[in-house]
Amino acid sequence: MGGHSNWPEWIYIGIVVALMCWVGAEAWEAERLVEHVPADAKTIIVTGQQWFWTFEHEDGTKEIGELHVEVGKAYKFEIHSKDVNHAFNIHDYVVLMDAIPGRVNTVWFAPTDAGTHDIQCREYCGLIHYNMRGTLIVEDPTA
Amino acid sequence: MVLELQKPRPIWQIMFSTHHTDVGLLYLISSLAFLFLGGSLALAIRAELFLPGAQIIGDAMTFNRIFTVHGTTLIFLFIIPFASAVGNYYVPIMVRYKDMAYPKLNAIAFWMIPPAGALIWLGFADFTWYATPPYSIISAPGPAADMWIFGLKILGISSVLGAINFVVTILKCKHPDMSIGQVPLLAWSFLSSSLIILVAIPTFAAALLMLLTDRLGVSGFFNPAMGGDPIAYAHLFWFTFHPEVYVLVIPAIGMMYEIIPRFSRKPIYSYNSGVFAFVLLSIVGFSSWAHHMYATGMSFTEKTVFMVGTLAAVPASAMHVFNFVATMWNGRIKFSTPMMWAVGGIALFFSAGAGGVANAAMPLDFTTHDTYWVVGHFHLFVMGTIAFGSIGFLYYMFPYVTGRMYNETMGKVHFIMSFVGTVLVFFTQHVLGLYGMPRRIFDYPPIPEWIAMNQIATVGAMIIGISMAIFLANMIYSSGKGKLANTEDPFGVGGKYYYPFEAKNPSH
Repeated sequence: MGGHSNWPEWIYIGIVVALMCWVGAEAWEAERLVEHVPADAKTIIVTGQQWFWTFEHEDGTKEIGELHVEVGKAYKFEIHSKDVNHAFNIHDYVVLMDAIPGRVNTVWFAPTDAGTHDIQCREYCGLIHYNMRGTLIVEDPTA
Repeated sequence: MVLELQKPRPIWQIMFSTHHTDVGLLYLISSLAFLFLGGSLALAIRAELFLPGAQIIGDAMTFNRIFTVHGTTLIFLFIIPFASAVGNYYVPIMVRYKDMAYPKLNAIAFWMIPPAGALIWLGFADFTWYATPPYSIISAPGPAADMWIFGLKILGISSVLGAINFVVTILKCKHPDMSIGQVPLLAWSFLSSSLIILVAIPTFAAALLMLLTDRLGVSGFFNPAMGGDPIAYAHLFWFTFHPEVYVLVIPAIGMMYEIIPRFSRKPIYSYNSGVFAFVLLSIVGFSSWAHHMYATGMSFTEKTVFMVGTLAAVPASAMHVFNFVATMWNGRIKFSTPMMWAVGGIALFFSAGAGGVANAAMPLDFTTHDTYWVVGHFHLFVMGTIAFGSIGFLYYMFPYVTGRMYNETMGKVHFIMSFVGTVLVFFTQHVLGLYGMPRRIFDYPPIPEWIAMNQIATVGAMIIGISMAIFLANMIYSSGKGKLANTEDPFGVGGKYYYPFEAKNPSH
């Protein structure tokens, strides 16, 4: 204690506050861009239940555990749950949104390369949560 | 400062005592017992995840029960009671009062812990420490789930009673010659964390009751099938448990404020900024709870508000780190065991905070949320910061409590192994999270990166496990057979203690 001057701490706090402002501003700008769903996005209805995923395309095609999409198109997921909370996750494309009974959450993505990616549940949902997995198959229609 | 040393007495005289050092001893022993119980569950989890496929735990349900009880035990039955132990020993002395303000209430608050611990351990619930509905309402098997709810209910009441006692002791019972600005920072940390408890806990207490009646089927607060909303529970839960993070971490920082100046042989760099940062943290701690819920479908505006609220807590935490470093600067530092733990804890506190900034940034959270990144992140707080500060303080108070000295070499080995282990486990888990491994999974597909990092983490956990066995042996042996300590200056740091009030009353 005492009356010593404390300017080093004030400079340090100023730097920390400036860093936080910068992180916040960058995050705000990035999130604003990723939340903007393209107008031509096709809707896929995703339903989570203990312990598998079902997908329904706009044309009424249904898939269980596997999801086929095409390169270069934008897709909007409408996420439902039939029982408890789940989280729909395609980690490679940073797609993550909770599936909550009684609510419809949306998230979108546009695959850039053909290939397969893991789909998984990222919110604890009980006994076989660890194996509530699926496969995303991105196809190139021109190939 | 010398804690009251008493001759050995029959155990029931301690158990039925209401004296603050006796209640403190009870808190201390029970919290350490739960540290070892909860820690052994952690080792079981890590052993299971060493390789894909079932290893030592037969089935997913057992695994789910183990991580639920592991988290519940270490947060509610180790960290919080350990802080209460330290508060019981030190707060009355620091405010120069003969005991806690309400000694009987103090003993009652302690004696609520054993039955609550028994409910949690005998039930062994599986719905995670977050007890998320609707899973906890419609799927979680009873009676384990109901026993967990009752256990937590009892612990909540115990926390509130303890907090009332600390607030009254510090504000009303401090010596009339002392102003609040002379109360040592450790006591300030208990004032701040107790005020947070009083504001935050009642919300969760209400949510627990609603969860119970939902499970009984007489209400549907959080059950969508009856018109309820699971997100309402998430808000109520995190309104309590984000501030609760500060309830856990603030006393540990207070303990570091005791250790760092002693072993640097310098006064605290800035007492005022320490007090200011405690008060600021306890206020802004309430502005960030929904950052746990970005992925529940929150609007852009909501997410922005809670991101700003979260980032606002960073400067206050950074002030503490600055204060510690500035105190050590140019000090004649003696790296005895308590100092090593405190400095290690500060380093890990900084790392954990830096990771937290990444979580708070909205787009990054969608990469890290509910992966092992989060597991690594909060374990750097609860293990790396809070347990490190607490264990360091335990070594620090050991000679004052027992009158004997612990084995310094074993203490240092304990620190080095725990520090290496903590870095191996929890830094690796951050990376594992970036590779996408979800938390709370019993088994995982054989992805090479996942296997490698899980194995590193398991090796780290085993190193911590061995160090904790050394710790236990040291504590048991030294409390009975250790060298007699010089209780005036057990660590040989010399000089005078730097309490603000002692500057004015040097003869006290």
